[in-house]
Amino acid sequence: MKTVPLSSLANVIRSKNAGPFLLTFDVLFNDKDIFSQVWESNAFAAENLAKLFGISANRIKSIYAMPKGNAIKFTLQRPRTQGSIGETDMYGCQQHSPLLDLPINLK
Amino acid sequence: MSEIKVLTPTCTLGYGFSTEGLERGMALNPDVIAVDAGSTDPGPYYLGSGETLVSEISIKKDLRQILLAARKANIPFIVGSAGGAGAKKHVDATVKLVREVAHELKLNFRLAWIYSDIEPNIVANAIRIGNVKDFESGTELTEDQALESSVIVAQMGHEPIVEALQNGADVIIAGRACDDSVIAAFPIYKNADPGLAIHMGKILECGAFSAEPHGTDVMLGRIDDTGFVLEPGSTTRRASLTSVAAHSLYERENPFLQYGPGHSVDLTDCSFDQISEREVRVEGSKFISDDDYWVKLEGVRLSGYRSISIAGIRCPSMIKRIDQILADVKAEALAYFDSDTLKITFLVYGRDGVMQELEPKKSEISKELCLIIDVVEKEQKVAHAAAHFISGTLLHCSFPGQFNTAGNLAFPYSPSEINVGPVYEFSAYHLMKIDHATEHFKTHFEEV
Repeated sequence: MKTVPLSSLANVIRSKNAGPFLLTFDVLFNDKDIFSQVWESNAFAAENLAKLFGISANRIKSIYAMPKGNAIKFTLQRPRTQGSIGETDMYGCQQHSPLLDLPINLK
Repeated sequence: MSEIKVLTPTCTLGYGFSTEGLERGMALNPDVIAVDAGSTDPGPYYLGSGETLVSEISIKKDLRQILLAARKANIPFIVGSAGGAGAKKHVDATVKLVREVAHELKLNFRLAWIYSDIEPNIVANAIRIGNVKDFESGTELTEDQALESSVIVAQMGHEPIVEALQNGADVIIAGRACDDSVIAAFPIYKNADPGLAIHMGKILECGAFSAEPHGTDVMLGRIDDTGFVLEPGSTTRRASLTSVAAHSLYERENPFLQYGPGHSVDLTDCSFDQISEREVRVEGSKFISDDDYWVKLEGVRLSGYRSISIAGIRCPSMIKRIDQILADVKAEALAYFDSDTLKITFLVYGRDGVMQELEPKKSEISKELCLIIDVVEKEQKVAHAAAHFISGTLLHCSFPGQFNTAGNLAFPYSPSEINVGPVYEFSAYHLMKIDHATEHFKTHFEEV
């Protein structure tokens, strides 16, 4: 077994608003096999993602695998409503960086 | 039903496209040109202020090329969420540009424009009889909140656009509309399966963002009885399985079940096939009509006026003590101005300006910081005064470990305070039940 960062496996790692209250993350793979290994590695379990962002697991609203698109998606409650005072990222598109280093245990 | 071809020139009207992409796309004989022009993505300001998201210069530039191409081919041209936020001011601004271009290029056509504004008291009445519900915000909308809103729009579906097409419109400028529906309207008008049309609209509405390499450029879709095929206009791009499937889940929480005006689309059984080097075929998207017709409301209210100050900090002793220094000046300002409504926020770039509470690497600090002092208050004059009080205090304050007694902040600009202007916040993001798909969406026609 070896551990590698997600950025060495995924083709696209992105964040974006899904409306003014939700922040959605997409991780896309070009290879079906790698996608399956990553999904099965349990790296995208709620507790793991919560730890990555330093939030409580109940802030993670949903986690999906989309095998036909070799894609993993998860969505968080935004720290604040889009555009409210204290906004740091209007489009929610620069919140993906912690995922780049997410350690994935491969068989 | 014979194949229907849709050309989407770009992701948002005004962001441009390649001439090669449009030429090649038009050479494939599309039946319609449809483009989305807006979203809530850029935030609440545009809806509140009535300003267009993209500059009128850029919108007009795109309009010139597209209107010329559409009239030459004698095919309809449809714009949805005109001007970005899609309220009356934005629709009117876009219609004005369309008339100007038509005049300059000597084009003649039947123009239609569709408003999507809903009066706050209509929403308040709907709340009173239980026809408004929350779906994502976490709180129900109150009548007061509706009435406090300066502008509310509802996202129309394809139906008002189809009606305009049935009434012979060649160019349709629609207010706030569901992105997918803007693109799907013409195929549905020509009897395409709505599930396929709307899913195709979902992917096409971002132009070549669903292509590789992605970009603001032309995207084409052709839809038949059992599916649709996507390909980019430009031969320098291709549609791949990943890029297309990925776009089905863009900006949405649920990749499989996606809601829209009066309907949802089930993508669970979709298939994606790379049928050629540059084309992907999609089948299996299912349209589910809702019993009641619910539309999404977007509303904003004016919450104050903003002034900001931007300054760089390079001194390590200041950087080391920045939290305490900022906390102290904020407390001083709040005491000095003695106002319940004064809101002071600091963004510290170089540390956690972008991710704030989600930043896992807060302890990694750059050798320089960019500080934004953000003040919002009921009156612009006071916001400005408070921003200057804070920047002035920070500039001149002394602190333990300080070497440089001449000044603590590196301002790039004179004036050091910039009045950003009115601040709008979302006041409504809820669903409202309407009697039928075209209720509240008023259409106007004109021979240009």
